[in-house]
This record gives sequence, structure tokens and C-alpha cells, in this order.
Amino acid sequence: MNIIYMTIIISLFIGVFFLVLFILLVKKGQYDDVYTPSVRMLFDDEIVEKKTEKINTDKTINN
Amino acid sequence: MEKERFYYDDKIVKMFFIATIVWGIVGMSVGLMVAFLFNFPNYMEGISWLSFGRLRPLHTNSAIFAFVGNGFFVGMYYSMQRLLKTRMYSDFLSRLHFWGWQLIIVAAAITLPLGYNSSKEYAELEWPIDIAITIIWVVMGINMIGTLIKRRQRHIYVAIWFYISTFVTIAVLHIFNNLELPVSAFKSYSVYAGVQDALVQWWYGHNAVAFFLTTPMLGLMYYFVPKAANRPIYSYRLSIIHFWSLIFLYIWAGPHHLLYTALPEWSQNLGTVFSVMLIFPSWGGMINGLLTLRGAWDKVREDPILKFFVVAITGYGMSTFEGPMLAFKNLNAIGHYTDWIVAHVHIGTLAWNGFIISGMLYWLAKKLYKTELYSTKLANTHFWIGTLGILFYALPLYVAGFTQAAMWKQFNPDGTLVYGNFLETVTQVLPMYAMRAFGGSLYITGFILLAYNIVKTAKAGSPIEDELAEAAPLKKISSSRVEGEKWHSWLERRTILFTILATVAILIGGAIEIIPLIVVKSNVPTITSVKPYTPLELEGRDIYIREGCNNCHSQMIRPFRSEVERYGEYSKVGEFVYDHPFLWGSRRTGPDLHRIGGKYNNNWHFNHMLDPRLTSPGSIMPQYPWLLKDDLDISNTVNKISAMITLGVPYTQHELDQAVYLLKNQAAEIEKNLGQDPEFIKNYGDANMKDKEIVALIAYLQRLGTDIKAGETAQN
Repeated sequence: MNIIYMTIIISLFIGVFFLVLFILLVKKGQYDDVYTPSVRMLFDDEIVEKKTEKINTDKTINN
Repeated sequence: MEKERFYYDDKIVKMFFIATIVWGIVGMSVGLMVAFLFNFPNYMEGISWLSFGRLRPLHTNSAIFAFVGNGFFVGMYYSMQRLLKTRMYSDFLSRLHFWGWQLIIVAAAITLPLGYNSSKEYAELEWPIDIAITIIWVVMGINMIGTLIKRRQRHIYVAIWFYISTFVTIAVLHIFNNLELPVSAFKSYSVYAGVQDALVQWWYGHNAVAFFLTTPMLGLMYYFVPKAANRPIYSYRLSIIHFWSLIFLYIWAGPHHLLYTALPEWSQNLGTVFSVMLIFPSWGGMINGLLTLRGAWDKVREDPILKFFVVAITGYGMSTFEGPMLAFKNLNAIGHYTDWIVAHVHIGTLAWNGFIISGMLYWLAKKLYKTELYSTKLANTHFWIGTLGILFYALPLYVAGFTQAAMWKQFNPDGTLVYGNFLETVTQVLPMYAMRAFGGSLYITGFILLAYNIVKTAKAGSPIEDELAEAAPLKKISSSRVEGEKWHSWLERRTILFTILATVAILIGGAIEIIPLIVVKSNVPTITSVKPYTPLELEGRDIYIREGCNNCHSQMIRPFRSEVERYGEYSKVGEFVYDHPFLWGSRRTGPDLHRIGGKYNNNWHFNHMLDPRLTSPGSIMPQYPWLLKDDLDISNTVNKISAMITLGVPYTQHELDQAVYLLKNQAAEIEKNLGQDPEFIKNYGDANMKDKEIVALIAYLQRLGTDIKAGETAQN
């Protein structure tokens, strides 16, 4: 059952790898803007509606 | 940069939208049918294609792949286009995905009742359909990645990450678990045997829950909950952590389905550890979803859609708390094989999946048909009926589960079992089964209200048309990192790279658990007395698979005193080396069958299959009268033996050449043995029973678990 040591080592390796990666990302400020995307997704529908209105206005001007 | 005009493809959204509702009703109806079979085992009157073992896979497959699958596709096609500010990559691929998927479901609905199944839970479909699933899934994936490439929004919102991981992981899992050797058009054998097959199956089975019932639903949560509440997700940072930690942890948890079985100990422990760790990302996600509604609870009071979402996310939290708890060995020893697991699963499916999809369907109905709901009151009624349905479904089954476990393990002071007759533990929980069926009826009634409400809404609203949108195309950026660009956003830009990295991470997790077992022989000790099945027994085993006996009977005796006392010597991993596929089962509605061989005589089995209540009054097992009427199909016997030889089962050349002769010989012997009962001679003396299916099944059952006994005798 030597295989268990291999799995533990690999598990630890993966765990440590992601821990280090996470600390690095935080230190480098990777997650500074973690706000805009969450708000941006809320607004796309309203933008679309405005566009529709704009098309109508365009048409009026053309006429 | 100048803005471009384009249309969102809402017709494809509508197609999946309708399919979700239709298949939801179908899947739940089949569930209700099988629920009633517990209390009225005979109401199908011995119709083969409506028996429990064939309908139960149809229920699970239609609920998972038809209802939840289509539900995911609705939300995915709707949200992806809008989040990425582009139409889907290819209309043709979208439609191919839709029709392909629906055809697969129809094929499943036909083949499963006919008994074509590979026995592996949630992967029962036979090999031609497996191939079709792979192709259609890849079609969907190409369409998704194509859409990502032509997107007009640089940032990939968290929901889409969940969609991508669903695509990648399910593709890998589905292919690896369904590696099988075809014998005929609708019959195949798993390439893995015994413990290895079990490990691959539950690696798949658990991750089907993870990546088909959880990640896509989380994607929907991260899109539709903020949309419906009209406020941003509580913490976008938390959602990033949620995603990454979830996909890296989930892939390791599969072995918790096999605790105390013949699976090697280290593998079991690995599964437990990762299952326990899973609670952190899961609860992080739940908190993220619920706190999105902070300061908006007044909206929840009025809006049925938000009510659905709140119960859904709570259900997610409850089942992801319960999951890690059940992965502890001491709780698993109680819960495994009981109705506790059925209750646990249905908290996940009815509350989490069913309600998040229901809420999404209502919200989309308003958006797509550009109108208000036909009746908010009706939607509220659906919510309350559905919630009550969940409670009436789950609570009785929790009670049933504990009752079963307690009764199975109860000893008299003299060391004998208090409930030595398994049947007592079944009849005890029949009232709970009735309440479960009532809960299920409530739930499906609620869902039918949804269908009615949405049909009315559609009639009142305007027809669905593709929605016009406008966005600027992305500036071309070199594939290397732009100066000052953050690492993570660079990675997000590289969608293909991202997909590959996610695949690699998932594969590493899976490979570490599976490869050692397949490669390292020492993990599967061979037992010299364990021999391959005779041709007749092999045919009997295929009937066992066809009738779905493994849906109610396990073949895995755990090393507990209570189980050894009840069933006999605990199961050894070396006993399953020729089992393609494994048939350990996951639920004991009836007793374990691993040591059934030799326990009863042939006539007992014969009468038991004809009508279980003849031999076991009060039994809730279905009748199998067709086994006595239908001739055993021996046209493929030689092919089957030959396929087994290909898979490494050591049949001799003699056994291959003389397969049919050997089969007929053994069948005649069994008929002769059955003839010792005068009743049998009187009723079936001229019925040529040796040619019927029942004889093969008896041969298989009498062989089960006897090989190591033969070994003991030989040693003595």
C-alpha cells in the first residue's frame, strides 16, 4: 500500500501550490477590482432598452 | 471604437425553456410512479417495462439530464449571450444541440423501460446513446467556446466559469465512466471490473452531482439571483474563491460513496477528507447567494421568484452540509444503503435544482414574453405547495432511514439479530413511503401550476423575438500579457487556455485516484477460488442487470457485525475481479444479495420471482412473471464470452467453443432440480422451463458469493 504516500504527497503538493498562488494573487492585488463585474451584469438590459429608443429617434430624424 | 448592432438568439432560449417544463413534468411523474410502487408493488400488474428496476433509472435520468439539463441550457443560452454581449457562436450548433439532446432523451425514454441499460447509476444508457451524448455535448462546448472567442465583453463573469467547468468535467467523466465493450447493438460490458469499475463509477456518480447538478445551477444562481433582486452579488471576490476551490475539491470526493466497502482504505479516507473540506466553498457560495438579498428582504416577501431562490439556496446549503457529514465514516455507516441518502439527494434536487430552475423560469417568462406573470398568486401557491412537498418528501425519509439503520443493527442480548427477517425492517417504514409519495404529489402539483401559469403568461405576452443589442467589439490585444495587466484578468482573456488549465486540474485529481488502482495490482488481491461465471450464470447476470435488481439490492457486505450476522462473510475485493460491470448497488430496499447463493433452494427462487409474496408475505418486490414465459436469448452467448475474454476474464477455449452446450446442460440440471418439487411438476412440468430466462437468473443467484466458500472447502 505504498501508493498512499504518493497520493498524500501529490495532494499536499497541489494544496500548497494553490495556497502559494492565492497568497501571491492577493499580494499582487489581483482582486482589486472585484466589484465592477458584479454591477455591470445588472445593467445590460437597461442599455438595450435605451438603444431601442435611440433607434426610434434616429428614424424620426431621418424622416 | 464604433458600436456594433446584433441580436441575441432568444428563439433557442425559448426552445429549451419549453423543453425544461415538459421534461420536468415527465421526470417528476415517473418519480411519482415509482414512489407509489413502494406501497402498491402490484399496481403495474407485472408489466415488464413498467417494473421498478426499469422505471427508476428512467426517473433519475429524466430528472437529471432532461429536466435539470434543459434547465441549465435555458439559463446558459440566455445569460451567456448577454454577459458576453454577443449572439451565440453558431445558430446551427445551438439547434443541433437542442434537437440532439431531445432525441437522446427520447431514446433514453424508450430504451430504459425496454431493459437496455448498463447498470451504472446515472450512466445507465447503452453505448450508442453514450456516443450520441458525447457528440452533442461537444457540439455544445464548441458553441460555448466559439461564443467566448467572439465576445464583446472582456471580463468573463463568474457564472460563465461555472458553465465552462460543467462542459469540461462532464465530458471527461462521461467518456471515462462509459468506456465499454459492445457485444450487440444495445448490450455492452464495462471495461473495468469490480472495485475499479466501482471507483470509476462513483468518481463519475459523485461528479455528476457536482458538475451536472451543482456547478451549472451555481452559474444560474450567480446570474439570475442578482438579476431578480436587481442588486449585485454580495461578494464578487467570494464568488471567485467559491469557483476555484469548488472545482479543485469536488473531483476528489467520489470515494465517499464506497466507505466500508471493498475499496482500499486510503482511497476511502481521501474521499472523506476532501468531502469535509468541500463544506467551505459550498457554504461560501450559499452565503454569497443569500447575502445578495441583504436589505432586500422586503422584496422576498412580495416576489415569489425571490422566494424560490431563497429556498433553493438554503437547500444547497443544507445538502452541502449533509454531504460532508455523511462522508464521515461513522455517520456513513448509519446512512449508507438507507433512505437517508434518498432524502439527502432530494433536498438537493427538489429544493436546490428544482426551485432555482422554477424561479428562473418565472423570471424568464416575464422577460421573454415581455409581460407580467399571468398570476403572481398562483406562483406563490406553487412556492408554498412545493416547499411543503419538499418537507413531506424528505422528513419521512429521514425517519425511515434512521429506522432502517437502527433495526438492521439491533442485537438481542444473546447476540442474535432482533430483526433477523429483513422484511420487518421494510414493512416498518411503509407509512413513511406513503408520506413521501404524498410529498412528491404536492411537488409535482406545484410544478404543473407553473406550467399553467407560464402558458397563460405566454398567451398574454408578445411572441418571443430575438432581442436587439449594441456593443463595441473588443480591441485586439496581443496574447501575451499587456503591461500592468493583472494575472487573473489575463487568464480570463485567454479562454481556451483557461479551459485547458481547468481540464488539466480536473484530470490530475481524477487520475491520482484511479490510475493507481488500475495499474497497481497489489491493491486488488486475487483469490484463487474465484472463477468466471458459467455461460448460463453470465446470461442470468445480464437479466439481473436488465431488470435493474441493483436498484434495490446491494452486493456488498460491509465488515460490520450486524451485516456479517445477517448476510454472511463480508465482501472481499478479490471476489469481484470478473464483474464487468460491478453490481455493488447503493441502496437496500431489499436485502443484500452477495451471499444469496445456496441460501435458498431453486424452487424458492422460482416461486419468489413468480410472486415474491408467495415466499415472503408482505414483500414489496415486484413480480417477474415474464421471466417464466420468455425464452432465454442465447444468440449472443458466444459473443458475450468472447467479449469477456477480450476484457481479460480467463475463460478457456473449451468454454468459448462449447458455451451454448454448457449453458443448456446447466439449464437442464436446474430444471431437473426444480422438478423435485411435485408442485413444480404439476404446474410447469411440460413448460420447458430450461429454455426460460428464470433458469439463468436462478443459476446466477445461486452462484453469487459462493466462490470463497468453495475455496474454504478446498482448503479444509
